[in-house]
Amino acid sequence: MSTIASHIHGTRAAAPTWRRATEEPAWVRRLLIGIALGFLSLFLVLPLTVVLYGAFEQGLQVWYAAITEPDAQAAIRLTLLVVAIVVPINLVFGVMAAWAIAKFEFRGKSVLITLIDLPFAISPVVVGLIFVILLGSQGWLGPWLAEHDLRVIFAVPGIIIVIAFGTMPFVARELIPLMQQQGKEEEESSLTLGANGWQTFWRVTLPNIKWGVIYGVILCNARAMGEFGAVAVVSGRIRGETNTMPLHIEVLYNEYLFTAAFAVSSLLAGLAIVTIAVKSLVDWRDERQRHQAAA
Amino acid sequence: MPRSRFSRLALAGVTALALGLSGAALAQQAATLLNVSYDPTREFYREYNNAFAAHWVAEKGQRVNVRMSHGGSGSQARSVIDGLDADVVTLALAYDVDALHDRAQLIPEDWQTRLPQNSSPYTSTIVLLVRAGNPKNIRDWDDLVRKDVQVITPNPKTSGGARWNYLAAWGYALEKFGDEDKAYEFVRDIFANVPVLDPAARGATNTFVQRRIGDVFIAWENEAFLAVEQLGQGQYEIVVPSVSILAEPPVSVVDRNVDRKGTRELAQAYLEFLYTDEAQRLAGKHYYRPSNPEILAEFAERFPEVNLHTVDEWFGGWRNAQETHFNDGGVFDRILAEIH
Amino acid sequence: MTLALRQPSVIPGFGITLGFTLFYMGLILLIPIGAFLLYTAQMSWADFWQAVSHRQVVASYKLSFGASLIAALLNLVFGAIVAWVLVRYQFFGKRVIDALVDLPFAMPTAVAGIALVTLYASTGWVGQYLEILGLRVAYTQLGVVVALTYIGLPFVVRTVQPVLEDLERELEEASAILGANRLTTLRRVILPALLPALLTGFALAFARALGEYGSVIFIAGNLPFRTEITPLLIVAKAEQYDYPGAAAIGTVMLLAAFVLLLLINTLQWWTARHSRR
Repeated sequence: MSTIASHIHGTRAAAPTWRRATEEPAWVRRLLIGIALGFLSLFLVLPLTVVLYGAFEQGLQVWYAAITEPDAQAAIRLTLLVVAIVVPINLVFGVMAAWAIAKFEFRGKSVLITLIDLPFAISPVVVGLIFVILLGSQGWLGPWLAEHDLRVIFAVPGIIIVIAFGTMPFVARELIPLMQQQGKEEEESSLTLGANGWQTFWRVTLPNIKWGVIYGVILCNARAMGEFGAVAVVSGRIRGETNTMPLHIEVLYNEYLFTAAFAVSSLLAGLAIVTIAVKSLVDWRDERQRHQAAA
Repeated sequence: MPRSRFSRLALAGVTALALGLSGAALAQQAATLLNVSYDPTREFYREYNNAFAAHWVAEKGQRVNVRMSHGGSGSQARSVIDGLDADVVTLALAYDVDALHDRAQLIPEDWQTRLPQNSSPYTSTIVLLVRAGNPKNIRDWDDLVRKDVQVITPNPKTSGGARWNYLAAWGYALEKFGDEDKAYEFVRDIFANVPVLDPAARGATNTFVQRRIGDVFIAWENEAFLAVEQLGQGQYEIVVPSVSILAEPPVSVVDRNVDRKGTRELAQAYLEFLYTDEAQRLAGKHYYRPSNPEILAEFAERFPEVNLHTVDEWFGGWRNAQETHFNDGGVFDRILAEIH
Repeated sequence: MTLALRQPSVIPGFGITLGFTLFYMGLILLIPIGAFLLYTAQMSWADFWQAVSHRQVVASYKLSFGASLIAALLNLVFGAIVAWVLVRYQFFGKRVIDALVDLPFAMPTAVAGIALVTLYASTGWVGQYLEILGLRVAYTQLGVVVALTYIGLPFVVRTVQPVLEDLERELEEASAILGANRLTTLRRVILPALLPALLTGFALAFARALGEYGSVIFIAGNLPFRTEITPLLIVAKAEQYDYPGAAAIGTVMLLAAFVLLLLINTLQWWTARHSRR
């Protein structure tokens, strides 16, 4: 292409400017793609291959048996229940926190952001310890809970609390930089034009932060399903009752049932498929709306 | 519209939470028992629970559902102390059961005298697992201090099983040299040969078996048998040392919990049934040494005679052993500081 | 208090959003952490100091902080490249790769540890080739870095990605029209816009790495003074029923992470203010 072009124009200067000014030269693109793929292969694709290889090594039937076995089913149900409670709560929290932080200036903001980050920084091991100290029968609230016959720790509510703690920051943390970068001009003009706050949020802000919300929910969901260390401390590990999927996987691994352990793990890897589906759906809807707007 | 969606979600959350709470309460009304145990007993108790349930139906006409919880012995004991409402505990070492008394008064101090054989219906010992053909020619504890031998054991700080390993080696040296200082050096030299120190026993098994690291793996006898059976027949051999420790995994009813739940009779019967011939044979089948000598004799081929000593003989009880050797600033810490 | 301290704005919802934020955080985060700190505070200073300054513990701090820092830096550089490639370029398999990025969160850490050690042990698919190069990963400090890089991988990618998707191409075009070459545009236009997200991703990856336990213990070897991470020592303390000792070391880790995050967040807030003027 470029040689023909330079021939036609007869100038050398025209030759290298056929690509757009906001793109990199092809070799840079290839190099960057190569680096990214190399890095992801080593740290993502290969470990995943190990898991999938382990899961299907002995054939589909063994895999199917492992995930339909009653204890596995109980673990899957428990994990889904926990996620169904934790993710919506943390979504609402994340959007509210990001709104307060990104749209307003107030003192102590960096402290607040840092506090939101804190669950990431606390070792799962310590998280478990924190809730044992607080809710355990030797702990501060434990005796009171026992008196009222409220089972929190070593039961489902304890698992929910611990996972809500660990996954609290995801949506907020995804949205804060995004909303800060977007500023607040659009909301201000919407409000000046007479829309109320709720309409402004729904029609102006939400479309803008859509991807942040999607990523946040995906991450929050992934982490909620995969959380192990802290849950292990507060679950009590009762077979078929308080074992989440990660705990059940550990049980299987410790029983030398490696294929079954990897089979249940492969279900968590299946989350990636859900991610693809969700993103494609949103992409497709965007595309359609754009077409409708154009027509 | 968005508001209703939110309130529906909130409602779902609250309902689910309530279900979780009431679910725990409901489970109590059925004839259920919670047995909090440690890792290597899974296979045994799975079979034992069925046997006991059959026995209980025949005897009392009542169905029993035994719920199991497995994990590291120490962390399981901590869960019970912190409120996991176990009816019975079946743990790896008496020290962990002692803790139920010392830290939460869940059981009386003399718990170990309530059932026969120090409340240990089955026992085990510590043996050496080597690779097929025993390429490094490991015959006894002495070979573990050789410079060319790599030893795999979990960390005694985090694993109950590893504490048995450590004490067995110490006891052997004590018998051989008759001297605490020599014993210290002996155990130190073993730990200097450890290339990977897993936190838990089954992790260490996997390091030895799957990653093929180390020449010898110090393990519970029952775990060693299981590794040979399940993870590769013909790939490993068990070497029984000349002297070893009598590992007594104890069981106990958790008094405070059974009295609150009204399950004492059932829990008591559950543990007593462990001493019947049927259960003793099951223990033997799952590579635990039956505490009943007659049943043990039936398994003579499987369990060779070893010169076994107890923790009481060598160390004056578990509390003592723990304090001297494994607590912070204890002998094991000194060993670590010296070799690293 | 905070209400009075904020600058005036036409945008509504400050009270309710901040109110709910503080309420929820108070309930689920601040009360438990407060209780935890109080618990530690019951220790005498001497006991506390003895627990946190033991030689073995100090060695573990060095490993935990060092390996976390290296892992976070790796994630910063490669994560930024991955995010860029995923947003800007088209290539075969992009959608699949994009979806896989979150896996380190969904995979239970133990599974991750097992998968990584299977790969990087000297008998593993990758490890055997690294062995030829003289590189040992499994059961060395390098193994710790590998595990920590894995578990922190999504942070930088997923914080940078939405910002990059949202970045207006017009700015870059304007920059190009004004005569800037691509590198200058990258440095002067794109990087400043990405900086908050990059810093956030880095800080989070670092903080998460500090506390990681499950995956590391499979690949680290866990030898005291050499490949033993701090969370493992916390577990060891708890295992001896020494909750105060465990809480003491946990508190040190918690405060260190808090200070670090606070520094980065303040830096970010400061740069955001100055770049806007």
